[in-house]
Amino acid sequence: MFKRLDNAAPAAMVTIWLEGQPHSVPATLSAAAAVLWLVGATGYRDHAAGGHRAPLCMMGVCHDCLITIDGQPNRQGCLVPVAEGMRLERQRRPA
Amino acid sequence: MPQDFLIIGGGVVGMAVAYGLARRGRSVTVLDGHDDSLRASRGNAGLVWVQGKGLAMPRYAELSLHSSMAWPEFAEELTKRTGIDLEYEHCGGVDLCFDAKEAQARQTEYRALYAATPSLTAVRWEYLDREALREQLPGLGERVHGGTFSPHDGQCNPLYLLRALYAACLTLGVDYHPATPVTGIEASTTGFTAHSPQGSFSAERVILAAGLGARTLAPPLGLSGQVHPVRGQVLVTERFPPSGRLPTPQLRQTASGGYLIGDVLEDAGYDTGVTLETIHRLGQRAVQIYPELAQARLVRSWGALRVMTPDGSPLYEASRSCPGAYNLSCHSGITLAAFHARELAEAIDTDRLATIHGDFSGARFDVQATG
Repeated sequence: MFKRLDNAAPAAMVTIWLEGQPHSVPATLSAAAAVLWLVGATGYRDHAAGGHRAPLCMMGVCHDCLITIDGQPNRQGCLVPVAEGMRLERQRRPA
Repeated sequence: MPQDFLIIGGGVVGMAVAYGLARRGRSVTVLDGHDDSLRASRGNAGLVWVQGKGLAMPRYAELSLHSSMAWPEFAEELTKRTGIDLEYEHCGGVDLCFDAKEAQARQTEYRALYAATPSLTAVRWEYLDREALREQLPGLGERVHGGTFSPHDGQCNPLYLLRALYAACLTLGVDYHPATPVTGIEASTTGFTAHSPQGSFSAERVILAAGLGARTLAPPLGLSGQVHPVRGQVLVTERFPPSGRLPTPQLRQTASGGYLIGDVLEDAGYDTGVTLETIHRLGQRAVQIYPELAQARLVRSWGALRVMTPDGSPLYEASRSCPGAYNLSCHSGITLAAFHARELAEAIDTDRLATIHGDFSGARFDVQATG
């Protein structure tokens, strides 16, 4: 799955909340990268048209990383660095 | 055998006419520019719009009305041929007014325009104040005065229109060449030859639908190159559930849920960029119209250049010095697409453009001799 490179530069850790659960993640990650690192791509987002989506380009172009950040829906997760106390909710249809 | 027609320009004007001619059994070659050519067809907001068009020229208002009435059948025919849904809605539309003065001026203009010719008296419109617009535009902000509603207006997805025209043209055997920018056109005894870095192409007749490219390509053929760029900027928001709000020139919700926000006229030469100042102004106005959009996230913004004639009305002309050469320039290629694909293509095919649509020739821009 997704893991840090063995030679990744050491980074300070921050606490973010994913669906109400606290996690410690490197402060250098984007919100999208943090979610991929914590729980992987499966279940990242359900598209309005019915399909499943997950971050693809990680550089602000594809809009497949949309995620709710601190209560604001449809943020581009790949463009937002994680921050201490950030709250993330994946945008999934209720099962 | 030489082709019947060369069309220079594969935007929505060129492709609509190509489609119309191919449907009449003509052999057509389209020479299109590069993806990064100036392309109004890929930058516009997709309104199929009647109200307010032709203030300077009632004949243009008549064409707009006529084309909007032909649009439902045109869209259905294209969808039947290609399977592409144009997201066309003949839903009516509202052009907003932000204060009493603007509302007054608008009504004065419309009263004069829609009494100018007998056929224009068929145009239905009414001024509705903010309260009366609640039904068509739920959530309308307190700082909007009202707007003119007309049932003739509508909207489509202009990119799907263009895609459908390409697809329909291909099935009809149109010979389409992308990335083939024409550098010059030569008239000969047997027709016309267009030169490009990708080679030369010949046909009996040639139609310029080259947008701003007409400035250099038209004059050598005795045609008017009098078009200039007028920049627009468009913002698009994240997607929202369908609101049922009618389209306005200032903003509309697309079939996929995002709001398109635009309607600025800028003199910026050939610069297709966006500016923070205009993005800010458009955002403020969108929030004035629908206050809830203050929370909306922008997904993208872009600039595009309108193809504007000196009086803003379409230019359709047949060359006198080079018979068989035609020039088409307009900034209303979506609304007029149904007309372009049918009557305009027929008028060119039968070489009666100057007879039927003489009002639209570039001669109107020439200084009239007096005495």
